[in-house]
Amino acid sequence: MNLDATDRRLVHATQDGLPLTPRPYHALAERLNLEPAEVMARMEKMLAAGVVRRIGAVPNHYALGYTANGMTVWDVDDDKARELGRQVGGLDFVSHCYRRPRHLPDWPYNLFAMVHGKDRTEVEEKSRRIADLLGDACRGHEILYSSRILKKTGLRFGG
Amino acid sequence: MDDLDRKIVNALQGGFPVCERPYLEVASRLGMAEEELIARLEKLLADRVLTRFGPLYNAERMGGAFTLAALSVPEADYDRVAQAVNALPQVAHNYRREHTLNMWFVLATDTREGIADAIREIEARTGLPVFNFPKEEEFFLELRFAA
Repeated sequence: MNLDATDRRLVHATQDGLPLTPRPYHALAERLNLEPAEVMARMEKMLAAGVVRRIGAVPNHYALGYTANGMTVWDVDDDKARELGRQVGGLDFVSHCYRRPRHLPDWPYNLFAMVHGKDRTEVEEKSRRIADLLGDACRGHEILYSSRILKKTGLRFGG
Repeated sequence: MDDLDRKIVNALQGGFPVCERPYLEVASRLGMAEEELIARLEKLLADRVLTRFGPLYNAERMGGAFTLAALSVPEADYDRVAQAVNALPQVAHNYRREHTLNMWFVLATDTREGIADAIREIEARTGLPVFNFPKEEEFFLELRFAA
């Protein structure tokens, strides 16, 4: 989808979030000098096009008690990576799953799956379930725990 | 956080409506008043239980680009490098991780070419080679955290 200048103004106006007022789209319309119906129509269109993944809340998983955050990385046969990636991505405890390039010889892993747990034991149990699923197609894996958030601002867009 | 807060956090991870009174619609579904939902949302954001509430944009669908990248940073130099990397506005998240590759960050840029520019900039500022891990395929299923 090609965003026009008005879409970009709308993106810019909502990058810190949706106004917490009873009529949030009206508040945006007023700020952008648009009709409320137009703001809502543009938002619907961006949702339909996937430019907006969803409108909603992003929980701080640390605050919810998911303090162990493990990036699990797997060295999986290239010709099976797509099918296995789909299966790993479909596990309910995997938040994101991607196929990414290897950097040999330092980095043999091509499948990345983020796993969250209340503690490391939980992350390790979940990681074992991924290992079971991958079976012989996997030659090795590691879990990279995050020990500190150095920056978390989310995405910033110009506009 | 009480039971009602948990209900709110769980309910709002799904699709928030686009209509004249969306908070009213969600509040009615949860059996609460519109003003109470808004007040609790304000508090959840102020307390950092929620990091954000609003539209979640997909940078790639807007003509922009994303990548995950990593550095292997000598411990003695870690804070300086973290500052240098974080100073770039293109760095959306940055995590310390326990590995030889001990700094992992997400770059998000308005244009596709922006990624290579940001990587060159980081290499120049830190003197370290950037390992770039652009996604080749995404197997996406957004996690719903049970609050």
